[in-house]
Amino acid sequence: MFFLKPKPITLHKISKVVMNFKRLLFLLVLGFTVLGGSVCANGQAENNTYNTPPKESSEAAKVEGGKKEEGGKLDIAKVIFGHISDAHEWHLFTLNHPGGEPTHVSMPLPVVIYHSTKGLMIFSSSKIAEGESYEGVHLQKDMMKEHIVSDDGAKLYDFSITKNVLSMLIGVTILLVVLTKASKKYAGIGAMKAPSGMQNFIEMIIMFLRDEVAIPYLGKEYKKYMPLLLTTFFFIWINNLLGLLPGGANFTGNIAVTSCLALISFIVILAKSRKHFWSHLLNPPGVPGAIKPMLVLIEVASLFIKPMALMIRLFANMMAGHIVILALISMIFIFAALNTFVGAGFVPVSLAFTIFIFFLELLVGAIQAFIFTNLTAVFIGQSIEEGHGEHEAHDSHEAHAH
Amino acid sequence: MDLLTPELGLFFWTLLAFLAVFFILKKFAWQPILSSLGEREKGIADSIATAERVKNEMSQLKNENEKLLMQAREERTNMLKEAKETRDKIVNEAKDIAKAEANKIITDAQQQIQQQKMAALTEVKNEIGNLAVEVAGRILRKQLNASEGQDAYMKMLAEDIKLN
Repeated sequence: MFFLKPKPITLHKISKVVMNFKRLLFLLVLGFTVLGGSVCANGQAENNTYNTPPKESSEAAKVEGGKKEEGGKLDIAKVIFGHISDAHEWHLFTLNHPGGEPTHVSMPLPVVIYHSTKGLMIFSSSKIAEGESYEGVHLQKDMMKEHIVSDDGAKLYDFSITKNVLSMLIGVTILLVVLTKASKKYAGIGAMKAPSGMQNFIEMIIMFLRDEVAIPYLGKEYKKYMPLLLTTFFFIWINNLLGLLPGGANFTGNIAVTSCLALISFIVILAKSRKHFWSHLLNPPGVPGAIKPMLVLIEVASLFIKPMALMIRLFANMMAGHIVILALISMIFIFAALNTFVGAGFVPVSLAFTIFIFFLELLVGAIQAFIFTNLTAVFIGQSIEEGHGEHEAHDSHEAHAH
Repeated sequence: MDLLTPELGLFFWTLLAFLAVFFILKKFAWQPILSSLGEREKGIADSIATAERVKNEMSQLKNENEKLLMQAREERTNMLKEAKETRDKIVNEAKDIAKAEANKIITDAQQQIQQQKMAALTEVKNEIGNLAVEVAGRILRKQLNASEGQDAYMKMLAEDIKLN
């Protein structure tokens, strides 16, 4: 858990706390603007809740059938991890047949594998859905993840269009359509006309990121980094929101995604870094000789901790949100396993909590996207800083704080 | 720990999609939007500057106008004052001249009256003198016809001489 509060970030934030009130206010507004649209999503969330009971009652039936008592408990964890982890098919719902095997209704997705001996393979995930072997590969389902493995244990690289990839492609399509449409409107009505509709909303976010993030941290060079910051923000935000839809994928709560985004930030930070940044890192001014090596060590470590922190923060926040919502809904079935009436009685309580957390997650979705963007800007700002008088004191102060 | 191991496939697709989105949006969304925003901001700043300039010009004009108005007013007052003075002067002059003329006429008239009066008086005196002489002559002629009359007369003349 120590990952969640990385040192350099908190220290950067402290000096900006006062400035951040305005930002927080904006984020609140941002969060609540999407609440309107989420009301119907919530209605679906409730439906989703009612979709699941058959499965659960089947579990209860299994418990009655003489299986292990903790089987129900284990299944809740399985359900939750099943929801938050990536999958090779998009599971929609499960139909229960009294006395028979339940039918899983899901959308099959393309599997793309580069097999070390057989080369490129593309086929539908329905071929291996039930664990059967197809052309020498099969799906191995673990507690938290599922892997496609070769029957003969040969190495293979999985480039499948999984649930997360498809969800991302949907998000990306929405982004491209909405944003290019908004940008066309400027050409249509001319730059001097007041913006309207979606264009206005997009413009508000762009202006905010420009005036409150890019300009304060990046100074005169902010224009060069605006596309990166804006793309990062919108990419994370739209996928956070899509992940909240019932049945949605936990895309931004996946370490592969956040590590990819953090890596991009890290590469930009390194690629754009200036001499001043490295000289301060490797030879901090105004530090006694004996402490210097230690400090350099810490500074170098912090260089890598920064992107790690970016990666872990987004991943942990989004995954935690999904787990909390799923856990709250699952409570209904945990109680229902004890007694049907207790379970039914717990429905309003669980739903109230779920709706509350759902609203919170809408907010967190925007906040995490903003924080990722903001910190990327902060780190880039540090690495592109030019050496001049007034920043010397600031830097050495920071170095001491580290 | 399974959750903390990134999958290669998802990493690959995310990287690909992010970079694609980045370059597409950079060209078709961010650059047009940001340049439009910059253009608009510049336009607004220019408009404000122009408005400020026009406002300044207007106030300057207003000041000038006021100044002109003040000058005009002052001039008008001066002109009125001068006109009044001139009028007064002319009236007074006219009055003086008229007075002098009147006085002259009166004096002339008085002189003429005096002259005429004197002339008339002289004429009357002359007439009266003549008449008296004629009357005296007649009386004397009548009285001197008698001797006592002559004596009385001589006596009277002598008395006159004596008296003188």
